[in-house]
Amino acid sequence: MNAVIEVNSLARIFGRNRAVDGMTFHVEQGEVFGLLGPNGAGKTTTVRLLNGILPPSEGTARVFGFDPATHGEDVRRRTGVLMETPALYERLSARENLEFFATLQGIPESDISRRVDEMLGFFELSSRARDKVETFSKGMKQRLALARALIHKPPLLFLDEPTSGLDPEAAQQVNDLIASLSRANGQTVVLATHNLFEAQRLCDRVAVMNKGRILALGSLKELAHKLWPVTWVSITFHVKPSGDAAGSLKALRGVIQVSVEGEALAVQVKNEDVIPDVVRHLVNSGESILRVNPMDYTLEDIYFALQAGEA
Amino acid sequence: MNWRSIWAIARKDLKEVRQNKVAWGPAIAIPLIFAILMPILFSVLPQVMPVEDIQRELGDMDTLLKNLPPSIQAIFEGLKLEQMFVLYMTAFMLAPLFLIMPLMFSSVVGADSFVGERERKTMEALLYSPATDMELFLGKVLAAVIPAILLSWLTYLVYIIVANIASYGLFQRIWFPLPTWWPLMFWLTPAFALLGISATVLVSSRVRTFMEAYQLSGSLVVLVLALVVGQATGVLFLGVGTVMIVGTLIWIVDAVLIYLSVRNFKRSSLIAKL
Repeated sequence: MNAVIEVNSLARIFGRNRAVDGMTFHVEQGEVFGLLGPNGAGKTTTVRLLNGILPPSEGTARVFGFDPATHGEDVRRRTGVLMETPALYERLSARENLEFFATLQGIPESDISRRVDEMLGFFELSSRARDKVETFSKGMKQRLALARALIHKPPLLFLDEPTSGLDPEAAQQVNDLIASLSRANGQTVVLATHNLFEAQRLCDRVAVMNKGRILALGSLKELAHKLWPVTWVSITFHVKPSGDAAGSLKALRGVIQVSVEGEALAVQVKNEDVIPDVVRHLVNSGESILRVNPMDYTLEDIYFALQAGEA
Repeated sequence: MNWRSIWAIARKDLKEVRQNKVAWGPAIAIPLIFAILMPILFSVLPQVMPVEDIQRELGDMDTLLKNLPPSIQAIFEGLKLEQMFVLYMTAFMLAPLFLIMPLMFSSVVGADSFVGERERKTMEALLYSPATDMELFLGKVLAAVIPAILLSWLTYLVYIIVANIASYGLFQRIWFPLPTWWPLMFWLTPAFALLGISATVLVSSRVRTFMEAYQLSGSLVVLVLALVVGQATGVLFLGVGTVMIVGTLIWIVDAVLIYLSVRNFKRSSLIAKL
């Protein structure tokens, strides 16, 4: 795997405010990487730093091997950015908007019309291609902004709060599109959001941020394991388990704690690898198992645990 | 330098400005007044009214002519009073007023392009494009300057045609433009167009709305009014030499303002103002 983004001790200071404060992370090719945090956490500033819109105050960043501060044009030629607000030219038509950015992105004149048609078709905007953008709904504008970000087929896509202000249907549509981009085209995506459900659904790894700093970094599983090194599993039985089921389980290697909850057992194990041994042990003891549910931590659990720790 | 990007930005800005009727209203009305109404008024007036009545209102023609340099006074020799009046008003008094046009055109487009883009929150998308700071700057400046110069020249052309037609009954020949107009059109007009946009760019970093930028840069019209007053009072006369000197001074001011504007036109500063 190649690192598309490499960031080392990156900081951006505005007066006394450290908007980004010593961030270090990397993003692999084809990965969907989330920057999570409340408003003011430094997500948008990070996107700006990585695109060479702002120079860093400290530290270094490399995007496709280029330093965005000195080779911003080279970086921006390879990135597409969807901002929180669509920032479209409302007095121009959808087609004119896309044609303009296609030209700026260096798409050859002979290919622009075909490429614009493709994007309008893909985002289901063909029938409104010649209408002024000011007549579009919020969802349509966000789709058009996404089309603009993708017009030059960038290998790296930055999405800053892509579903902000959209109704649930439009948000679902945009999220489906993002998921399909990464799966179908192998594009690397950096998703800056405070929508945890969206991040859990889309991201391979996340960096949880607050006040410009990364509080934790990793996949959902890794983060959960860092916060809660042990795992709980709930085992429901078809018929009430025998009295010594809990006792015998406690003796099993990797089992930390067992408690009886009606017709179920709550078993705390060292890690998920122990669960098959637990199940095997119970089956061999003649117990009739109906359901085994390892306790899943959501990104929401992780996020709030981290933010609470920070507070 | 990627000229394809620069022209794309310029074309896009012009398309946008075309939709801004608030900006274009006065920018269309004033050339129509200058190029059509005023030459007709000053050419037809002495043909329908006794010129003595007009003199009573405006002042004695001989006194007015005394303020002019001898080389210009020579142009008036042998002309009838009506012809003198038309020549004086059409070819000399109205001349500096035409400099309002390049200033106004470039200020309108510049204000819409630099401040309007920020006001409409579309600037950020542009900053994320691969265009360099200089390409963005040039695209926006060209969008303001080129149409300002072309539209000014078009207004001059209409003025020349209308003035000749309206006064044909008096002169029985095509007499306009006089040589003093060539440096006005081709040296001073482009300089004023650039002055309008460079002042607007500088002002744009200190204002929030299109109208604020337009009004502030519009205050440059005072310069034009100074030339008009200077000429009317005999302090300054826009002959070929004076126009060349004033033009050179304006070009120098342009160069300084453009230098300052380019130095301030940085993505990092622009994004901070969004």
